[in-house]
Amino acid sequence: MTRMQPVNESTWIIYLGDEISEAVAAQVAQLTRSIRASLGNCLTDIIPSYTSVLVSFDLQQADRFAVEALLRTALQQVQGVSEDLSDTEEVVLPVYYGPEVALDLEYIARECQLSTEEVIRLHSEQIYRVYAIGFSPGFAYLGNTPDQLRVARKATPRLKVPAGSLGIADNQTAIYPAQTPGGWQIIGRTPLEMIDWDSQTLTRVKVGDRVRFEPVDRDTFIAMGGRLDEL
Amino acid sequence: MSFKVIDPGMMALVQDAGRSGYQHLGVTTGGPMDEHAFDWANWLLGNDRGSAALEITYGMLVLDVQADMTVALTGADLGATLNGESLAPWQVCTVKAGDRLSFNTPVSGLRAYLAMPGGIRAEARLGSVATVAREKLGGLDGSGQALQKGDLLQPVVEHAGAQHSMPEWAIPDYSAPLELGLIPGYQYESFPPVQRMKLLTSVYTVTSNIDRMGYRLKGEPVKGEQTGIISEGIALGAVQIPQDGQPIILMRDRQTIGGYPKIGCVFSLDLARLAQCVPGDSVAFKLMDIADAENRRMLYNRQFDH
Repeated sequence: MTRMQPVNESTWIIYLGDEISEAVAAQVAQLTRSIRASLGNCLTDIIPSYTSVLVSFDLQQADRFAVEALLRTALQQVQGVSEDLSDTEEVVLPVYYGPEVALDLEYIARECQLSTEEVIRLHSEQIYRVYAIGFSPGFAYLGNTPDQLRVARKATPRLKVPAGSLGIADNQTAIYPAQTPGGWQIIGRTPLEMIDWDSQTLTRVKVGDRVRFEPVDRDTFIAMGGRLDEL
Repeated sequence: MSFKVIDPGMMALVQDAGRSGYQHLGVTTGGPMDEHAFDWANWLLGNDRGSAALEITYGMLVLDVQADMTVALTGADLGATLNGESLAPWQVCTVKAGDRLSFNTPVSGLRAYLAMPGGIRAEARLGSVATVAREKLGGLDGSGQALQKGDLLQPVVEHAGAQHSMPEWAIPDYSAPLELGLIPGYQYESFPPVQRMKLLTSVYTVTSNIDRMGYRLKGEPVKGEQTGIISEGIALGAVQIPQDGQPIILMRDRQTIGGYPKIGCVFSLDLARLAQCVPGDSVAFKLMDIADAENRRMLYNRQFDH
């Protein structure tokens, strides 16, 4: 099941599975840590995603064979890692699900044949895993949403999705860290900044983290710095 | 001691070797589209490899020289003139206060590089000054902006560490036919052999959809059996094959992850050469062994070891 191959002269990709699952996500998170530790300064970039890890290395310091050996060692540490979430961080994000910011909440409720209250309850009761970060800086793909909440992406993407917006699409939920175009159905908004390039941690969540959404009311949202007027 | 931007032209960006180490957060690398021309520009002045230089795309840039300085110009011939006199690329040149350095439109190639002693002074963001507009990172003040009218370009040091001249063999001919080395990888095996052969035996045309994220080609469609894959990390030079079968080659400002099938990666130095192609140019692919790519890259890197 595990496969690795060089994709160019300074990059390897390692596949840990063929399907998205909590177990594979846990292995991806562990492998990412192990590779950082074993490659040290040879590592120039690492991109963990749902089922794979892309590893870029400095060809001035090590060749493909040396890196392959280090990657195999790192892979050995992943054997046996399963759904144990005990060592992953849990991040709690406050979310305001009010009508001013939950632009598609009514639509989602209609599509799923639920009340808006039920949609909010279902979305906020789930514990999610950060499967990948990409699309734009800090854009986190979280899974999985409860089965009752499956909706498709918008046929035509919005030209502007306000920063902090939470979207859902298929079995995923995501947070827009900055105002960008986007096609996910918007269900609420967090008042927190998701990226801060001047901070130590840079982004509020990383691949492998667990995330829980905590519903807050309008006043709390605003008190925490949330903005209503970005459309 | 600086240049003043009179007209920023089509697009002039401060670039260093790129912003590495943050792709796991979705931050792309940026960096020079034509690494070859960029590296030699710094080498000509004896700069450290990867020092910030100006990437001038298409041309139309006008700079006023405010103090005497030694600079290096490499890459595309964008019809540069110094006080109206033609100035050819691939050389070191000394400019004086009051001079005017102008770029016209492409004569050969698409991107020129202007290096200054020690590099160009700019505000680093996440360890790099590489300009990535859509991420609002890099550039003179770190905000991701291209050069603007009135900006001042300042060298990191006053005097160039060296004034080399270009070895003839390292000056590329941008009008020569381009064969891109394709390192088979990613979903290569999932493409039927006849489809792989189509890619490797057809001539593709560079479309007008070319930017720092990617180059879209047009030609014989390559049909895969997968329409999408589980999103995965995208390496420099990855060749995406979307449903219409027209290859997209991913360049410096590529997205970090993506879900289109990929048939392999273009070798880094061929990618640099591709960055000089303009709409309508023809390119072909040939299979390249990973060992060959590694050897060529190591030999290339050796040029710039101090």
